[in-house]
Amino acid sequence: MALSDSPKAALPITLPGLRSVFRPVFDLELCDGCGICAEQCSFNEIRLETRRGKKVPGANGRSCGACHRCEYTCPLGAISIVENKMALRGHGLWQSQDVNRVHLQAASGSVALTGLGADTNVPIYWDRLLFNACQVTNPSIDPQREPMETITYLGRKAQALKDINNLKQFRKSLLKLNIPIVFAPMSYGSINLNLQLAMARVARKKGLLWYSGEGGLHRELAPYSDYAVLQVASGRFGVSPEYLRVARAYQIKIGQGAKPGIGGHLPGEKVLDGISETRMIPLGSDAISPAPQHDIYSIEDLRLLIYAIKEASGYKPVCVKIAAVHNVAAIASGIVRAGADMLYLDGYRGGTGATPAIVRDHVGIPVELALAAVDQRLREEKIRHQASIVIAGGIRSSADVMKAIALGADAVAIGTACLLACGCHVCQRCNSGKCSWGITTNDPVLASRLDVDWAEERITNLIEGWHHEMQEIMGLNGIYDIGSFRGNRLILRGVGLNERELSILGLQHAGE
Amino acid sequence: MCGISGLISHKMVKENGSRIKKSIVLQNDRGNGLGAGYASYGIYPEYEQLYALHVMAMNSGSMLKVKKFFQENFEIHYEDDIPVWNKRISDHPVLKRFFVEPGKARFSDDFWNGNEDDYTIGRVMKLNDSFDDAFVFSSGKNMGVFKGVGTPADIYNFFLLDDYEGYIWLAHNRFPTNTPGWWGGAHPFNLLGWSIVHNGEISSYGINRRYLEGYDYVCRMQTDSEVVAYLLDLLIRRHGLSVYDTTMVLAPPYWASTERVTDADLQEHLLSLKIIYESAMLNGPFAILAASNKGMFSITDNTKLRPMTSAQAGDYSYFASEVSALYEMEENLGTVFTPRAGQPCIVMLDLYKDDQEIGKEGIL
Repeated sequence: MALSDSPKAALPITLPGLRSVFRPVFDLELCDGCGICAEQCSFNEIRLETRRGKKVPGANGRSCGACHRCEYTCPLGAISIVENKMALRGHGLWQSQDVNRVHLQAASGSVALTGLGADTNVPIYWDRLLFNACQVTNPSIDPQREPMETITYLGRKAQALKDINNLKQFRKSLLKLNIPIVFAPMSYGSINLNLQLAMARVARKKGLLWYSGEGGLHRELAPYSDYAVLQVASGRFGVSPEYLRVARAYQIKIGQGAKPGIGGHLPGEKVLDGISETRMIPLGSDAISPAPQHDIYSIEDLRLLIYAIKEASGYKPVCVKIAAVHNVAAIASGIVRAGADMLYLDGYRGGTGATPAIVRDHVGIPVELALAAVDQRLREEKIRHQASIVIAGGIRSSADVMKAIALGADAVAIGTACLLACGCHVCQRCNSGKCSWGITTNDPVLASRLDVDWAEERITNLIEGWHHEMQEIMGLNGIYDIGSFRGNRLILRGVGLNERELSILGLQHAGE
Repeated sequence: MCGISGLISHKMVKENGSRIKKSIVLQNDRGNGLGAGYASYGIYPEYEQLYALHVMAMNSGSMLKVKKFFQENFEIHYEDDIPVWNKRISDHPVLKRFFVEPGKARFSDDFWNGNEDDYTIGRVMKLNDSFDDAFVFSSGKNMGVFKGVGTPADIYNFFLLDDYEGYIWLAHNRFPTNTPGWWGGAHPFNLLGWSIVHNGEISSYGINRRYLEGYDYVCRMQTDSEVVAYLLDLLIRRHGLSVYDTTMVLAPPYWASTERVTDADLQEHLLSLKIIYESAMLNGPFAILAASNKGMFSITDNTKLRPMTSAQAGDYSYFASEVSALYEMEENLGTVFTPRAGQPCIVMLDLYKDDQEIGKEGIL
């Protein structure tokens, strides 16, 4: 959800008088002045000029964010993006981004907004974890030759077979995933319909799930609702009796990793035709989601809402999404006891369409630690079987996915990785509404740059590639079913972690 | 690599360990002298109703503490040193056995639920967890485990197994790889009625152990194999699964094979087992032979990376890692049957034939 896309509030690079950190350079020997770059740049960085009677592109060096759109679209390969940093005297405390931000806020008096996930250097624990592999005593299994299965069921399970009366109904109450990957909730509005359609198609084709985010369900997505987990967030946008009937499962959004404790804000300028219809709000009106759900002030209120949704939807699984915060294990335990069938943990590094930079960079905890703590806590309380854990927040590769599963996740959600698959270069300007790749924008001209078929193919490729790699990691550990990988923390060892970190992660150090 | 042998008399005819010894000694190359062991059922008929607790302690001081612990929690009907011949193996722990039933203390125990098995397991787990240098390695009724560091022949002679008569025998020859060779780490592993011998490695140990800890089982033997004994207790005794269903939990058919099952009820049953007991599934290369007072079964991993073969002759069934080892037990074998990968092989005593759902054909 874009919080606000007022250009003043955006990033230093759009402020007059400040130079941007990057700029395009043009090889004028190659350039024929066709002007595609100027047309493709949605941030007004490039302008076509006439110099000595010849048309040439010129850069103003004030708004380039290294999205690389011009570079990719130049038919002659005449453009490259270079760093354009202001030469500042090195200072251990006042780094250039701190200086820039103070300048920006002194000029605007506003909250500095940004997009995507936190770009700070808070430790990335995935990178401190290493897998085991078979040697001699247990043979590895070659996934090219032997079955290597990743089927996963999400939802409320029983402790023992004897506790189930009707096996068929039991299995129908669960969500089947062929690969334990789901598409993270990104609302219609924060991303456009093209990307949502592409993800929904891949989910249907590959037997995965896609989460809708709080923007409602556009009618074009109705055919994919069997693979959808639709969201009920604090703004209740798009929630109707029909909405509560069609999906495979529902998600109550309490918090989001990129902005724990605050709600979304889609400015009226972006509430265009489709969005107004889907969210059921008047054209051009601001779509403001309150920070809390105003009918949930305590855990017993959450229980009421969970059962209200179950009742309305014919007892479909209900997932509760929270941001990973300090006391996450206790909160998770409460949520499971309140009746949630799935728990969705969004970590510190989770992405967003728009968030105050101060919240994104300084609130919440890394999802690795949250996951380890929650999984262990639910096991100690003997309620782990009552809810599945889906985690999100900065999953970059199949290795991250498998590490999460070994720590105890049932499935892993990817959001930013899907954007990257469709051309995103992590320029962190999702909040501007000007995404030159047509991903996080609803401007019809820009959005048309994202072809649904192409996006579908790219995301499919990504999922297939990761799936092969996941099978490879299982095979080299001698494990043919992901169920034996899940929560199997002996597969992982930590490197360079202190005892406290290892004890929270439930891991031994490498060499032990 | 380890060696396994087992024999069962369907009619509960008892014999001493000489036949099983021949079979396991033949598989000498499958071990390295760092562990061997035997289990036998029917050896203590005079104490049939009592739990026979075999205890190892590193010194007599800790054995005294164990005895005090037992006195507080159980009524001890009989106790003695396990008879040993320590000429060949002189460096061994203190070995004692106690024949007990839950004592009056159970009524003041917070966890007493009226079930003597649960109570006994609880005490055994507590002892194994809280005593650094002593543990119970056999806790069933009318059965016993005898194991230690040595070759199969040495351990057999050490425990004087010629003097015991049982109708089920299990034997194991150990080649420890990932875990230390010590007295507690030798096979069989036992909990109440169930004993197991295992060849291979359990790659899923990390999650199996966490799963069992959720049911208050304590894993203290420094080896992956012990989880199998605890899983059998959990699945069969506490969750009431049949032996057949238990094998489908430990080594379930692939999802793809399950989805090809034509009988809809059976398919739903197998899928539910896979979903509910995901964390109890064993993965990695393994061949396991398990026995209880009622029968015996073998199971291997889905790719059969460890050998297991079986045979029937007259009123006996035999299991071993190698066919040659079967012939050591019986020269005139009727049928030799080598189970396919992941295929369980279940033999119940004639007395209990109708008790359990044994085999369902044609699903793998």
